[in-house]
Amino acid sequence: MIRSLGRLTPVLATAAVFLAGFVVCSLIYPNFASLRVVMNLLTDNAFLVIVAVGMTFVIISGGIDLSVGSVIGFTTVFLALAIERWGIPPLAAFVLILVLCALFGACMGAIIQYFELPAFIVTLAGMFLARGASFLLSTESLPITADLYAHLSDHALRFEGGARLTVPAMIMIAVVLAGMVLLHLTRFGANVYALGGSRTATGLMGINVARTTVLIYTLSSVLAGLAGIVFSLYTSSGYSLSAVGVELDAIAAVVIGGTLLSGGYGFIFGSFLGVMIQGLIQTYISFDGMLSSWWAKIATGLLLFAFIAFQQLTLHLARRSRRAPAGAHP
Amino acid sequence: MNFRALLLASAVSGALFSVGAQAADMTIGFSQIGSESGWRAAETTVSKAEAKKRNINFKIADAQQKQENQIKAIRAFVAQGVDAIFLAPVVATGWDSVLKEAKEAKIPVVLLDRDIDPSGKDLYLTAVTSDSVHEGKVAGEWLVKTVAGKPCNVVELQGTVGASVATNRKKGFEDGIAGASNVKIVRSQTGDFTRAKGKEVMESFIKAEGGGKNICAVYAHNDDMMVGAIQAMKEAGLKPGTEILTVSIDAVPDIFKAMAAGEANATVELTPNMAGPAFDAVIAFKEKGTVPPKWIQTESKLYTQADNPMAVYESKKDLGY
Repeated sequence: MIRSLGRLTPVLATAAVFLAGFVVCSLIYPNFASLRVVMNLLTDNAFLVIVAVGMTFVIISGGIDLSVGSVIGFTTVFLALAIERWGIPPLAAFVLILVLCALFGACMGAIIQYFELPAFIVTLAGMFLARGASFLLSTESLPITADLYAHLSDHALRFEGGARLTVPAMIMIAVVLAGMVLLHLTRFGANVYALGGSRTATGLMGINVARTTVLIYTLSSVLAGLAGIVFSLYTSSGYSLSAVGVELDAIAAVVIGGTLLSGGYGFIFGSFLGVMIQGLIQTYISFDGMLSSWWAKIATGLLLFAFIAFQQLTLHLARRSRRAPAGAHP
Repeated sequence: MNFRALLLASAVSGALFSVGAQAADMTIGFSQIGSESGWRAAETTVSKAEAKKRNINFKIADAQQKQENQIKAIRAFVAQGVDAIFLAPVVATGWDSVLKEAKEAKIPVVLLDRDIDPSGKDLYLTAVTSDSVHEGKVAGEWLVKTVAGKPCNVVELQGTVGASVATNRKKGFEDGIAGASNVKIVRSQTGDFTRAKGKEVMESFIKAEGGGKNICAVYAHNDDMMVGAIQAMKEAGLKPGTEILTVSIDAVPDIFKAMAAGEANATVELTPNMAGPAFDAVIAFKEKGTVPPKWIQTESKLYTQADNPMAVYESKKDLGY
């Protein structure tokens, strides 16, 4: 019991920071403590959470995926063109783009695996490639006027006080739940952790390293594509400059959520909380209205530092207690 | 010290305006694009000052050029229950659903500086923007009036190719000189809205037009390019402001310095005060139910050397341009 609690410490710390932040904001701004603000947090950050779920898999496996922001941008432009210019029905366009994203991710994973290149470089190339391709498609912001889009963006579970659980938020919650099941309860999830622990040992254990690696990057790109679909629902348009730098927000969220950048350790729910903390800071700044919005970046930076320091400390303590003689603990 | 001065200023303006302050407890949120240009920074500064004048509690969210940040900010303003929302949209499309949400919450939205995709006309109260065709026209008409019938060869420094502002300012100027057959555009090239490019292109114009002897006037789509062009003319031994007339658009502080020195003749202002008319429209709407027109056009004021350029420079230099 105590051991599993200890394992969850980083996530609990993230949750505590989020709750404390929410309470402080609510004390300063009475309107803050409303269902509406909570629902807004879910909707406004839906695309980021979806990407962060994929990023959690990648980082736990000891890798990194810098291409996700560009994949979102590409997806929005592709959808706008496919639906508005090429006359493809929205649902078919969704399937098409997810397949494209899967291929893209699989290629990156395969290159990382078979050419033994660092994920950092391969996905950096992927980032330029996807962003460049979206500029090639269109440099303008394109509206999406399909009925399905109007319908989906109006459709929401409505609550008292104007709060609403929108379709993007519902998709996001489904992704988080599915991600938790996949990572924590399946063999694939166990392989991801093993890969982050040690690649060589994982191979020796008889786990198919190549297949797992390719699947991880495929998953990350597919989730980025899904985030792109959600993003295009959110803005009803496609724009090649959308979601610039989102990969870094996602990495920050994953680390704040308690996942080790060196791999082998982390939780999906922590990443969800990491995104929520960033959203909370942004909402606070909007409510305040006087602070420069760049404070959001500064606060995120400070939190990152704090959490990394905290992680190192707990790791250090854990190692020390392991090294202590067994008899020391009655 | 600065903060104290600010407090003092707000206390003083509060005292001054509390007499007629109908809008005393109004809160307005402003989703600003960012601070990518001097003009945009000036718009933010002026908006804050205009809000203070009217005793409005003004909240600004800088979107760092990202639409998703603007949508988030608008939704936060709605959640907060502000009385009105100002939006300077970073792109034209994708505002329908968030503006619908504001409308459902009965919060009027006013667009500043840029319009959005037409499908949402009933989703906002009004748009306060400048008419860039009109700006060009004012510049053209000034030149026609100033040369008074004498033949005049004009060289034109265009803005960034494809930018709607550049296209409109070109068209407006052509409209302005359309009635005068003595005024002709002889050369026209893009200077990308920058000083360096403006100077470079002007140098090539001077070379191409017999050392500048055939040039009677320069028209630049913005002041920055004109500042560069003035430097090029001076380096070529020409006298801008006297031998060669200049007219440009934007009214940034530096052009007033040049005007005070007699090196520039005229500029048409793109006012950074979009918020002032927007505040007035919202106050009238909230208090008397007056529905403003869908488009409030800001004034494109012409400044010449006769308008005490040094004083204008002093008033503008601290706005953040």
